Amino acid sequence: MSETRVAIHIDADIITARSVGRALAEKIGFTGSEPVIIATAISEIARNIIEYAKRGEIVVRPMHQGNRRGILVVAKDRGPGIADIELAMRDGYSTSRGSGLGLPGARRLMDEFNIDSKIGKGTTVTMKKWV
Amino acid sequence: MRVPILKQGDYLIASIQAALTDADLVQLRDDLANMAVRNRARGIIVDVTALDIMDSFALRTLRSTAHMLLMRGASTIIVGIQPEVAFAMVQLGLNLGDTMTAMDLAEGLALLNRRREPR
Repeated sequence: MSETRVAIHIDADIITARSVGRALAEKIGFTGSEPVIIATAISEIARNIIEYAKRGEIVVRPMHQGNRRGILVVAKDRGPGIADIELAMRDGYSTSRGSGLGLPGARRLMDEFNIDSKIGKGTTVTMKKWV
Repeated sequence: MRVPILKQGDYLIASIQAALTDADLVQLRDDLANMAVRNRARGIIVDVTALDIMDSFALRTLRSTAHMLLMRGASTIIVGIQPEVAFAMVQLGLNLGDTMTAMDLAEGLALLNRRREPR
C-alpha cells in the first residue's frame, strides 16, 4: 500500500478522491461505518478546494505508529488562503454559498485535524484517523 | 449521470443508480421540479439506496428540493439512506430538518398513500 494522489479540479474529482480514500481505508483495516466516515470527510475538504481555490490535490496514505495503523489525508491548494482559521472552523460560517459545515464537520469525523494556511499562498489540511 | 425519474400515477420516483456529482444533484433537483409541475405530482420519492456517501452538499440539495416541491403541494420522501451513511452524516453534524424519510421504496409509497387518505 502506498500513497495515492488525486488532482482536484472538477466536481467529479470529489467522487474519485472519496472512492480512493474509502478503498484505502478498507485495505488498512477500517470496518463498519469508518470507511464511509473517512470518505465523507474527504468529500467535504475536496469540495472546499474547488469552492475556494479552484484546484488542488488530495493525497491519501497509510500510517504506522508501533502497532497502530491509520490513514493520513492531506488536501493541498494554492488558493487564496484562509484569513481567520478559527472562524472558518466554526459551524455554519461560510464565505461562499456553502453550508459552513465542511471544515468543522470533517474535523468531527476524523481523529486529528490540522489546517495550515497562508494568505495568497494556499491551504493545507491534514487529517488522520486511527484504526 | 442523469437520474432516471419514473412516473407512477401522480407520484414520481427518482432512483439514484450511482454516485452523483454536485452538477448531477442540481440537475436532479431541476428535473424533479419540472416533472412535478408537468405531471401535477402529489408525491415524490428519492431513492438513495445506491449512494455510498452523502455529504453536506448532497443533503442540502435534497433538502431544498423537498422544500421546493412541498411549496408546489407535493410531499417528498427520501428512502434508503444506508446505516453507515446515516451514521457519518450525524457525526458530520448534518440533519434532515423536517424532510420525510422511509426505510425503502415500499415504505415510502405506503407513507405517501397514508398521507392522501381523507382524515
